Order: sequence, then structure tokens, then C-alpha cells
Amino acid sequence: MKNTITIAWKETRTYFASPMAYIIMAVYAALAAYYFVTSISGALPEATIRGYIIPSTFIFTLLSPIITMRLLAEEQKLGTLELLMTAPVRDFEIVMGKFLAAMASLLSILVPTVYLVIMLTWFATPDIGPILSGYLGLVLFGMATLSVGLLASSLSGNQIVAAVLAMGILLILTVLDLASTYAGGIFEVLVLQLSITTHLESFARGVIDTHDIVYYAIFTTFMLFLTVRSLESRRWR
Amino acid sequence: MQENTDIPMIEVEDLTKYYGEYPAIENISFTVNRGEILGFLGPNAAGKTTTMRILTGFMPPTSGTARIAGYDVVDQSLEVRRHIGYLPETVPLYTEMGVIDYLDFMGRIRGMGKEWRQRRISEVIDICRLGDYRTSLIGKLSKGFRQRVGIAQAILHEPEVLIMDEPTIGIDPIQVVETRNLIKGFGGEHTVILSTHILPEVSMVCQRVIIIHEGQVVAVDRPDNLSERLRGTERLEVDIRGPSADVMTALRDLPGVQDVTRADRDDVGVYRIETTGSEDLREAISNLVLQRGWGLLRLQPIQMSLEEIFLRLTEPDSDRE
Ligand SMILES: Nc1ncnc2c1ncn2[C@@H]1O[C@H](COP(=O)(O)OP(=O)(O)OP(=O)(O)O)[C@@H](O)[C@H]1O
Ligand SMILES: [Mg+2]
Repeated sequence: MKNTITIAWKETRTYFASPMAYIIMAVYAALAAYYFVTSISGALPEATIRGYIIPSTFIFTLLSPIITMRLLAEEQKLGTLELLMTAPVRDFEIVMGKFLAAMASLLSILVPTVYLVIMLTWFATPDIGPILSGYLGLVLFGMATLSVGLLASSLSGNQIVAAVLAMGILLILTVLDLASTYAGGIFEVLVLQLSITTHLESFARGVIDTHDIVYYAIFTTFMLFLTVRSLESRRWR
Repeated sequence: MQENTDIPMIEVEDLTKYYGEYPAIENISFTVNRGEILGFLGPNAAGKTTTMRILTGFMPPTSGTARIAGYDVVDQSLEVRRHIGYLPETVPLYTEMGVIDYLDFMGRIRGMGKEWRQRRISEVIDICRLGDYRTSLIGKLSKGFRQRVGIAQAILHEPEVLIMDEPTIGIDPIQVVETRNLIKGFGGEHTVILSTHILPEVSMVCQRVIIIHEGQVVAVDRPDNLSERLRGTERLEVDIRGPSADVMTALRDLPGVQDVTRADRDDVGVYRIETTGSEDLREAISNLVLQRGWGLLRLQPIQMSLEEIFLRLTEPDSDRE
């Protein structure tokens, strides 16, 4: 646990010392603001933040891999993994530390969007429930995307390869809900359940379904488990 | 129990590692006792790094066992890792961290408490002369200073067993001397295993040497015994213009000359002279050439390469074990 926090703290400091942190933050803030303004400028404007919760699936698909790409790939490239793995630290502590740092980065990009919520309460009286559940959904969705990114980062010593691989996997998982309509029958339900975007929609509507939370929890745990195995396999190569 | 001084700190038995079909090391066995400094000498691709990576738990052997402080490197890897300090060959460092921050991080993941960590960080900064670079970014340090940071992290937690892969490459002569003294000072209480290509380094620092070549141990001995085995023959190469038959016989007749071979280059004879002792024959040869009125064009002592030393060591007649 202590090791996890040590590693998470080190990564978080490194992340915020790099311009990447602020570029990603600015990009997300700008996109969220754009979608938000478009959504409340229609003929029948709703006082909700759904306008940027749903497009975030696509934005996170691109941003999460950038947050996670260096976490393990860079260690492999620099060779620092050799020192980390010969220190008395368990492999899962390394992975958890990196994951927590990625979560901190993700939370940081959500912070500026609170400004949009404040604007909304300024000009209207929005229902606070869907806003909170929307953010909970985003955090859970983000967690899942980061876990895919971390797995990809463990598989390559090249950050770009890691990022592209993660984006590819996430895009496929995202289009699964579109693909489901072609599957038909029981497969339609099944494929829809596997898609990581499907589970975000109820959050955006203000519905917190434990079934969705469990989905994201299992998905993330499984990805992190694979990451630990991927790291372990370096020892046996 | 495990801390008993009678038991060897490092026990390696029949260690073999294959990369695919290719054996990097084969049936390597040795032991290192507590407080001993062991040199691991071998040319490139001999398998030094491979052996060290197995000892540190970074990779498993294909077969054979290795124990550090009584713990098996495969089955009790975490315990092994608690007992070692490691300086990998490439000195991997987080380039975007400052020196102090980096050492603090390494101390933490080795489970050092705050007080111990702070005391040791200032100690190793003094020892490795990093005082002026406390807050510098590691990525901006010169290669030699990075090497020092690598050494600093390896000794930071006062490990019982210190494993260093070519600790003195890339640092300046003064620091080389200091590093060697540091390693010597570390022995006695702690156990050290270091790899190098440099023969004199081994005789200066180590109590015992293992020479490996192409993945096999070719000699295990004390450095003084080793140099004794190596003494006895030295070589000179001379270019002489003159009647080759006469030159040959004259050279052969010199006292201290064991053998002379000739390889002609244009009209100049190139003679390779094997001498028997540590006696310097250069003056005798130049006098001889002058007396006879030949032309002395070059006179050069030839140092034996590590490869030749290995060959010599593995020659059947050098059985002075
Ligand atoms: N990861 C690897 N995959 C495949 N082969 C490897 C790997 N690492 C080392 N080898 C091979 O194993 C042999 C021994 O390499 P090793 O790095 O142990 O040598 P070394 O004694 O440390 O050499 P040097 O003095 O150059 O550092 C070499 O032939 C090398 O090509
Ligand atoms: Mg090596």
C-alpha cells in the first residue's frame, strides 16, 4: 500500500510537471464547453450537462491513452523498470500506483468543467442529481479507459505504439453498441452489454444503476489484472 | 538464522540461461561469503549481465538455482530484493526527476523510514560527490554524474549484498579511484559482486575473481594467483630492416627471449618476440640492432588482450589451481 502511494505520488508529480497535463486539461475544457453550449442553444434547451457527458466517451477514448501512454512504456524504454522490478515492490503495487496516478490526472481534467456547472446554476435551476450521477459516470468510464491505456502501456516500450493501441481497443469497444444493432437477438443484448459506452447513458440521465457500476468495476479490475500479468511475464521472458 | 556468518551470502549452482536456443550462460556455479568482494571478469557477451539479472530477480534462470542471504531468487524473490542493492549496466534513471527527489523515491520503495532515508541521502551525496547537483534534473547531468547517481541509489539502503554491473565505466579517473575505494570500504561488512572488463580493476578491488567466457566459468581464483599465472610471458613486436635469417638468429640468442616469429611487410621484417620473464628487453634489442648496423623501425610491447588471457588461462599446462 505504501509502495503504491509512493509510486502514485511520484507519477502524479511528474505528470503535473509536464506541459502535457495542461494541454490535455485545456483540450477537454474547450471540447466540453463547445458541446455544452451547443446543447443548451437548441430550440428546447434543457438545464443539464448531458450535452458534454455523452460526447466525453469519444473524447476520453482519445485522451486517456495519452494520459497513460508513458506510465509503463517509458519505464521500459529508460530501463528503469529493471530497478523498479528489483526493488522490494510487488508487481501489482507498481500497477496500482500507476493507475492511481492516472486517475488523479483524469480527475484534474474534470475540474475545469465545474465552471460549466456553475454557469448552469447561474442561468437556470438544474436538477443536481443528474449532474452528480453524470460526473460519477464519467469517472467510472474514465477509469475503464485508463485501465485499457495502462495495459497497452505495459505491452510496448514505445509510448506512441502504446497510445495508438489503446485508442484502437477503446474505439472498438465504443463502436460495439453500434455493431450490436446488426447482431440481432440475444447477441444484440450481449454485444450491447460489452460496450463500454452503453453503461454511461443511464448515468447521464440521472440513473445510478449498480449493474453499471459493477460493469465498470469488473472491466477495470480485469484490465489491471492483465497489466499485472503482462508485467510479470517480463520476469519470465 | 539467515544472518549466520558461516553461510555464504551468494550461492549459485549450475545456473543456466537460454535466450531462445542460445545459451547465454551454462552451468555457472560459485559462492561468495559474507564480506567478500567478488569480481566478475569477462569479455563482451560473456554472460555477466545475464548472471546479475538472475541474481537480482529480474529474470529467472532456465535451470539451476541461486540463493542470496539464504533466499531463493525465484521462489523468494521479494526477500532477495530486500537484501540487495543493484546498479544495472545501463544505469537507468528517471530523467525528469531531480537528484534528491530520485534518491528519496528509491529510498521509499526500499522501505526506508524517513529519518534513515534523510541521513543516508546526505551521506551518499557526499560519498558520490553530488553536492553541487542536489536539485539538478537527472536528464541534464553528464554521463559520469548519472553513473554516480546510480551508485548512490545502489548503496543508499546499506544493502547486505551489492551487485554492480560495470560500476566504473564512464566516470573520470579520480572518481574511478574513489568508486573503487568505496567498493572496498563496502566489503568486509557487506558482500559485493561487481562485473568488469578491466583486469587491473579486479586485482585492486576484489578478493576473488571469476572469469567467465562464452557463458562458462574458465577460472576462479584470487587476483594475485591469477596475475602470477599471467606473468612469465610478455611480448614485443619489432620492425627491423636487415637480413632476416641473421636477425632471427641474433634475436633468438638474446637472453630472455623465448620465441621469435616473423611476418614480413614489404622489405621490412616484422618480428614477434615472446619473452620469458618480466625483464625489459627493449634496450637489449635496440643495442643489438645498432651494433649490427640494421635499421630499427619500430619497437612495441604488445599487451595481451583479455581474450588471450582467457586462452592462456585455459591452456592445459596452466594447472596451478
Ligand atoms: N534479452 C536478451 N535476449 C536475447 N539475447 C540476449 C539478451 N540479453 C543478452 N543476450 C545475449 O546473451 C549473451 C550474454 O549477454 P550479457 O549481456 O550477459 O553479456 P555481458 O557479459 O554482460 O557483456 P558486456 O560486457 O558486453 O556487458 C550475449 O550474447 C547477448 O547477445
Ligand atoms: Mg553486461
